[in-house]
Amino acid sequence: MSVVTRDSYLKSLLQGQSQLSASPLERLNRLRANAVDRVSTLRMPTKSDEEWRFTDISPLTKMSFQPMRIASPLQISDVEHFYLAETVTRLVFVDGVYAPHLSTKLPDVSKDSGFVVSNLSATKSEILTIIEPHLGHHTEFKDNIFAALNTAFLHEGALIIVPRNVAVEIPIHLLFIATQKEVTSHPRCLLIAESGSTVTVLEDYVTLQEEAYVTNTVAEIVLAENAVVNHCRIQRDSKKSFHMANCTVSLARASQYQSISVAFGARISRYNLNLLMTDEDAECVADGLALISSHQLADTHVFIDHLKPHCTSRQLHKCIVDDAAHAVFNGKIMVRQDAQLTNSSQSNRNLLLTPRAQVDTKPQLEIFADDVKCTHGATVGQLDNEEIFYLKSRGLSEITARNLLTYAFGAEIINRIPIESLKLQLEQTVLEQTRKN
Amino acid sequence: MIYQESKILLEVCGLCATVNGIEILKGINLTIRSGEIHAIMGTNGSGKSTFAKVLAGHTAYKITGGTVTFEGKNLLDLAPEERARTGIFLGFQYPIEIPGVANNQFLRLAYNTAQVQRNKDELDPLEFDDLVREKMKLLEINPDFLSRSVNENFSGGEKKRNEILQMALLDPKLAILDETDSGLDIDALRIVANGVNQLANKDNATILVTHYQRMLNYIVPDFVHVMESGRIVKTGGKELAFDLEKHGYDWVNIEQPAIAGT
Repeated sequence: MSVVTRDSYLKSLLQGQSQLSASPLERLNRLRANAVDRVSTLRMPTKSDEEWRFTDISPLTKMSFQPMRIASPLQISDVEHFYLAETVTRLVFVDGVYAPHLSTKLPDVSKDSGFVVSNLSATKSEILTIIEPHLGHHTEFKDNIFAALNTAFLHEGALIIVPRNVAVEIPIHLLFIATQKEVTSHPRCLLIAESGSTVTVLEDYVTLQEEAYVTNTVAEIVLAENAVVNHCRIQRDSKKSFHMANCTVSLARASQYQSISVAFGARISRYNLNLLMTDEDAECVADGLALISSHQLADTHVFIDHLKPHCTSRQLHKCIVDDAAHAVFNGKIMVRQDAQLTNSSQSNRNLLLTPRAQVDTKPQLEIFADDVKCTHGATVGQLDNEEIFYLKSRGLSEITARNLLTYAFGAEIINRIPIESLKLQLEQTVLEQTRKN
Repeated sequence: MIYQESKILLEVCGLCATVNGIEILKGINLTIRSGEIHAIMGTNGSGKSTFAKVLAGHTAYKITGGTVTFEGKNLLDLAPEERARTGIFLGFQYPIEIPGVANNQFLRLAYNTAQVQRNKDELDPLEFDDLVREKMKLLEINPDFLSRSVNENFSGGEKKRNEILQMALLDPKLAILDETDSGLDIDALRIVANGVNQLANKDNATILVTHYQRMLNYIVPDFVHVMESGRIVKTGGKELAFDLEKHGYDWVNIEQPAIAGT
């Protein structure tokens, strides 16, 4: 079968797709085929597309990437510095491929009351009916080239199913390690939190080299009634890499989703987070931090859709932009006609450390209900002189005062991370990256 | 307290300052000796808070005339952090909130900066914890206060207590407390005043900047100065504060020509 694309670049991105072995899951094969078809009708976005106005991805299209061919022979000692101090259930993927010898022993579905943490391609037949209605149903790829590409390569990935009324005490660490240059990987996550369940998941993108590569992720997160999901997403890819990400979260009645996304790495990164409040009394928190320098570009697009009454959403997204880096924030909150008594707040705060640093922010609020409480706003600025004076009046030097305030600006988000060792580790990263002499 | 043969700490002569080209301080004269407590009173806009900030080195104000000498050194030559390190402390009217920085982290940073200045060893987190908890007892501060972000979501009383805690740790020679009584209920006022009284000794001095006499029921000043339109227009003992409370600030304006004539 030959794939006809309007864009020879896209064709090159599909290289290797046809060599994927057929999955035993018929649904997965079908999804892949649909996605390949879809890719042929789409094109790479440019700045003339409204959703990509501020994010020029042409550097990505000027380079050639292909799926990893020969797996890197990694030992535990190569990667254990990425492991968390806490006891976790860990799934490791190296350049997109599941690495069982680096992962922890996974729960056995037959023994552990239906709790599943596994590689998607190893899904057992008894749970197919659980994932069938969700896989590929939440993140649409109809008009999203990156989600379509990810789905075209859908093969391995992280699958988590937390059964009804089960509270998983230990966090689940999904560790995606990049080891090879000029390689593209398509990490995939599906998290199904059944009614009344609780889980904490860390989605962690790291690298062992500093060259260019592409990470193109899709995550689908489904919360049934009264489920509670804590989701941390840490992107610390190479500063020459490209990181494209789509995450869709569907919240049922009285469920609670709390997320913190942090972007340190990538030359160009784009994170689309879509939150759908599909039933009453759901609550979501979507906090974020982008800490970037040199010529990095970090783009965060968050869409929160209030479909039903009595839901709450809160968002604080911060950017610290150094050198000639560029941060983009687009936050859209939709309050549908049916969504009376919505309580929503959104704030985007940006700290520019140099005159060349740039931020484009666009908080949007669309309200079709008449009895709601919604606030939103954005600030862009330098450090506050009154704050600097306060610290100097305590004997701190100008530079110490500035460093402390810059650190604090980022630490406010990092402090909200519910995994202690990760919090300390990232506090250190923020401290180092904001320190000037 | 006034001590015999105490040395001059601060000498202000003809100090004038502007902000955005507007003259706020119009020739202030003031001498403070070690051991003394001075109250500076005045209406809103009289320039008393500006005077406090100018002494601490706030960069928004431009000095247009006069001199300020602190222990024989020209204070106006020093940056705010150098003034702090040489022993000047400003207790803020509106302490700044710093979300993201734990209070103990900030307090230790400030304390260790002062230790270096005093040629003493810096304290590690454990050593500092012992010290700060001891000082916190003085101000009846809840221990959870240390792990919270600096002043974030603190009540007015907690913020002011945090200021006095910093003062206790930095052990300044001259503490300037800018409207420390504002926003305090009577219990918090008593606690804060008690802290200030315990920290006052024969080697340091305190300036209380206040609008109301009520704090002076707890901290008894040796001198009371009344500011008006950027000048000190009247100076007296602690009884002057009672007269002001009784007659109001207009009473000074009526009195002023007579003072000026003497």
